[in-house]
Amino acid sequence: MKQFLVKGWRPVDAEAKEGQETLTLWNKLWLGLTFRQYLSQAVRNPFNWVIAIIFAIGIPLVLYRFVFGLGAVTHSSNDYPWGLFLSFGLFAMVPLSASGFMLGTAVEIFGRHDFEPVERLAMLNGLLGYFFAVVFLLVDLGQPWRLPYPMAVAFGPAAVLFLVGWHVATYLTVQVAEVSVSFFEWMNWPVCKKFIRRITIGLTVSGIILSTLHQGALGALFTYAPGKLHPLWYSASFQWLHFLVSAIPGGLCMVIVVSTIVKKTMAWRCDERFMANLDRLTIALAKGASMGLITYLVIKLIGVAHDNEWIYLSTGWGSWYLFEMGIGVVLPLILFARGIRYNKVGLIRFTALLTVFGVVLNRLNTALIAFNWKLYQDIPHWKEITISITLFTLYIVTYRFILYRLPILFEWKTQPAEAPEAVRAKTVCPTQSNPSPAGAVYRSRD
Amino acid sequence: MSKISRRRFLAASVAGGAAITLAPTKKALAATFEGYSEGMGVLVDLTRCVGCRSCEAACNKEQKLPTPDLPFDDPAVFDQTFHGGTQKRRTTEKAYTVVNRYEPKDGSQPVYRKIQCNHCNEPACLTSCFVNAYTKTREGAVVYNSKVCVGCRNCMVACPFNVPAYSYSSAFNPMIKKCIFCHETRLKQGLPPACVAGCPQEALTFGHRNSLIKIARERMRHQPGRYIDHIYGEKEVGGTAWIYLSAVPFEEVGFDTTLQKEPILSNVKDFLSTVPMVLAIWPALFSGFHLLAKHKENHAGDDHQNIDEEAHK
Repeated sequence: MKQFLVKGWRPVDAEAKEGQETLTLWNKLWLGLTFRQYLSQAVRNPFNWVIAIIFAIGIPLVLYRFVFGLGAVTHSSNDYPWGLFLSFGLFAMVPLSASGFMLGTAVEIFGRHDFEPVERLAMLNGLLGYFFAVVFLLVDLGQPWRLPYPMAVAFGPAAVLFLVGWHVATYLTVQVAEVSVSFFEWMNWPVCKKFIRRITIGLTVSGIILSTLHQGALGALFTYAPGKLHPLWYSASFQWLHFLVSAIPGGLCMVIVVSTIVKKTMAWRCDERFMANLDRLTIALAKGASMGLITYLVIKLIGVAHDNEWIYLSTGWGSWYLFEMGIGVVLPLILFARGIRYNKVGLIRFTALLTVFGVVLNRLNTALIAFNWKLYQDIPHWKEITISITLFTLYIVTYRFILYRLPILFEWKTQPAEAPEAVRAKTVCPTQSNPSPAGAVYRSRD
Repeated sequence: MSKISRRRFLAASVAGGAAITLAPTKKALAATFEGYSEGMGVLVDLTRCVGCRSCEAACNKEQKLPTPDLPFDDPAVFDQTFHGGTQKRRTTEKAYTVVNRYEPKDGSQPVYRKIQCNHCNEPACLTSCFVNAYTKTREGAVVYNSKVCVGCRNCMVACPFNVPAYSYSSAFNPMIKKCIFCHETRLKQGLPPACVAGCPQEALTFGHRNSLIKIARERMRHQPGRYIDHIYGEKEVGGTAWIYLSAVPFEEVGFDTTLQKEPILSNVKDFLSTVPMVLAIWPALFSGFHLLAKHKENHAGDDHQNIDEEAHK
């Protein structure tokens, strides 16, 4: 991309270049380059070669799984029904995708329009996280073609998984609608965009409800297995709250992590508004994450106290539990406090990565490592690990494909003739209390 | 700021609300279900079992399972261990029941224990299934419908006895494989399951669960000191159709004695009961927050002074 930037090329960010005809879909798909130019830059990018190697090994393995069954590629067994696909792909990806509803709530419900530069990134992060959690699920299910059964064929409404299924399905729909605004701008379909803007509040509120319930429901799934999950990770009364509350720092920190990666590797795609506001917003997100983390720490301790599990802390499992809490909750709290106090954005970014690691470790511990603690330890099959890496790579590729094109990191410039002031006002939203134009650095209201 | 009119706001709220109500209502089940009164069961007397594995052979034949690697009269299976010697044999897709040998701590005679589905009164597998593939029949069996099973394997996670097995080797029609109390072929006709019929030692007694508990108590009373004072399965996880008597502590012969007395479902009820509350309260709560935040914005620039002045007008 750098070579083209030097030559004066700018990625497509409007319906038409100044004084030129409207761009076709084909032009937009290749960011205003010719297909040949686009291909040449893709080939020059070493990261694409890494992806190609992963796919070359992983995709045949995925096909192999569907031809020869789960037994051929995983260590999933009668004792360990859920392996890496679910513990990583579903249980760890979903809390990191809480970002969509968090930022949606901040902006749309509480009117914090100063968060708008990262709102769309957070929404896309949510959508893709959920979508790929479902992809992981499809690979793991014995009969994935029957996924719609709980919606249409046979109902088990008293099951927690029934809730998870329904809520993930409806929430995916909600998130597709929320992210579709960017797509409609890109496609130049203002009528559709207007329709979505009209139901934004409804969508956001349903997003909060569905997220509350199914983030919690994923935790509640483990209350079915009281004797199997180690007591330190199990809490009959609070399991769902532990999962819900840890998803809050998880989602917010994922936005910090992704925005950092984007800033470092895709600066050409970010507009002035995004770049100028990112440091300030990173600190603001870290404040939210800190509040989530401290709450999480307290309710985890209450969980231990409630079931009187202190004795377990002195065992080997206790050390592992303390490691998880120390590296994923306590240390981030200290580092965030320093980062926020001294405006050290770099430290905050590192801490966000640590927090994400902590949340992932918690989910892996709950679903895989501390599960069946009385039996034996399951080590995932190498093919299972490879397939997981492949699916995660597919997630990254999809993520990048969308960020390159849709107005997520930048604002779509609408033509004056086509864009009445009202529509523009909706996207930019200068408020009376914050009359500064988009792109200017907002100051925190408090 | 996007100006959303009151009407639009209400319309959006209704649309959002309608989307929520389209989801079926989730309700927690009523008080603990203690099993059908006419439900059948089996009393397993561990003191009578000699480890002949006739029950395994009978089950294999009745359920048309594949021939095992070692024949049913080969005692070598008792020495098999798995996962670094930590695990004994368990139920699999090829064996719905297995007998394991245990050496009691006091050095007395080895004890043999039969494992199969215990057919809980309120089965965790059933309550965790999101397509209702499981049924607790009036006869007491927990049966499974592979036609609707999606293969999520939540039932295997939920089962406190680690009984259900999955045919992982099948790519196109994998399913749960477990003991079904010979429901279709025998139990419905009032016949005992094949394993009970095949037991030469009368270690297995078939009958109404309620009367089996009485029989177990009788045996304990008639032969004081022979059994430890516990009927395993009478109370565990809400009660099971298969109940056990033993001369040695149950934890020494592979039973999980830390299980709760309430059905597994009772752990989940707390969460299930919050669901309708969240569905009911959140819409107004967060729409209310939105209105509050909007109001502040509309009066942005006003300070308390102005509002006070307006109030005095």
